Amino acid sequence: MGSQSIPTVSVKVEFGGGLELLFANQRTHRVALLARLPSPASGTAGPSNDGQSDVAVAAAAAGRPADVAYLIHWLRDNLLTERPELFVEGETVRPGILVLVNDTDWELEGEGDYVLKEGDEIVFISTLHGG
Amino acid sequence: MPPRTCALCNDARAILKRPKTGQQICKDCFFWVFETEVHNTIVEAGLFKPGDRVAIGASGGKDSTVLAHVMKTLNDRYDYGLELFLLSIDEGITGYRDDSLETVKRNQQQYDMPLKILSYDEIFGWTMDAIVSQVGKKNNCTFCGVFRRQALDRGAASLHVDHIVTGHNADDIAETVLMNIMRGDIARLGRCTMICTQGEDTIKRSKPFKYAYEKEIVMYAYFKKLDYFSTECIYSPDAYRGHARAFLKDLEAARPSAIIDIIHSGEAFEVREEVKATQKSQQTCKRCGYMSSNDLCKACTLLEGLERGMAQAAITDRARKRLDAEGPAPDNLRTIPFFQNSTTPGTSTPVALETPS
Repeated sequence: MGSQSIPTVSVKVEFGGGLELLFANQRTHRVALLARLPSPASGTAGPSNDGQSDVAVAAAAAGRPADVAYLIHWLRDNLLTERPELFVEGETVRPGILVLVNDTDWELEGEGDYVLKEGDEIVFISTLHGG
Repeated sequence: MPPRTCALCNDARAILKRPKTGQQICKDCFFWVFETEVHNTIVEAGLFKPGDRVAIGASGGKDSTVLAHVMKTLNDRYDYGLELFLLSIDEGITGYRDDSLETVKRNQQQYDMPLKILSYDEIFGWTMDAIVSQVGKKNNCTFCGVFRRQALDRGAASLHVDHIVTGHNADDIAETVLMNIMRGDIARLGRCTMICTQGEDTIKRSKPFKYAYEKEIVMYAYFKKLDYFSTECIYSPDAYRGHARAFLKDLEAARPSAIIDIIHSGEAFEVREEVKATQKSQQTCKRCGYMSSNDLCKACTLLEGLERGMAQAAITDRARKRLDAEGPAPDNLRTIPFFQNSTTPGTSTPVALETPS
């Protein structure tokens, strides 16, 4: 464990089926999260140095590794621009939102308990729009 | 967590948990079972016969885009012998339908099917934008729903098709069952689970996705990378349906079979004979010839309200009485062109279709 840099995990997040409208109408985001959530909560660090405005490093409570449940909270607090009730309900995504982890249904990956790995692709698709 | 293998082929890695069965399956098996189940639904209900002309009601959204793809796939694979068309209705909603119609025009090329677009403006003389500017956002879904149904039938008649298929999925039907129970609408409850409906002289309508879960339709579109449009209607969705939908999604999260269970419940309801006897029989609208359970069909009633500046008329009984008290409809009232079903074989005249762009 190096003391000069805090380990982070970078993932690609994609929104579809209309959910992108809640995230500034941008479908793809690159997000860097702390690999392990420090305890106690220690505020949010600034964006990383590659110049992308949507790249940020976040912190939260507990010492658990960053998982999809944490990513959902982080997205709500940091990237979501409107109507949070259409994205989250309780501790998870609103029923009717499909989640894929590396192109696999998150129901096969432990849902919110899936621990994020470097380079993972997480897709959120709303099924709630007209067909 | 170790990768799981597909419950069907026992070979490839599973990518999806089926809500209907709980099975974990791989991508190829998913495509195969999804398409095969729709095929079985079609065959068991005897929906088509060789040579049928079938219009796919296409909105550019996920359901109708997947339906167009699957209908084309099955027609080729099982040699149904169908002539397929895309039929789209332009409700006249700026910034919503005009964008989704662009998706339908791309589908026309991708699936190589003739496309017909028919607008509310040309049939009824009113766009939804104009209707909303008169009635507001509260009841506009009533107008849109009634007008769309009739517009699809008129579009289908002009294409001389025998049959319209729509992308209604299992979730939609379960929602409708719940809504009809909550409203005590026995007549619609009986009809809403039927896979195929046909009025006296209208074109057959059916729902090949009756047993297809929305989750699987969206996953199918995602894995096949189908091009669909997904923006909420700008005139806010039907609030009542929205509640039924949210309730259903909560039920599904607790027990995935809830959707199919509700459809089965809807099918199992039996209406007693003495209740059936009180239901109105179908006739044709005295003004436009469309099927109706009253002298005037719902679309003509709504249109008369709009034209006379009393748009609430067909929505509440009290407003209808006020409209009647104003006297009969004026002779110069704008009406809907008379509906004629022209599916007689061999008499098809050329129809103006969209030119591929």
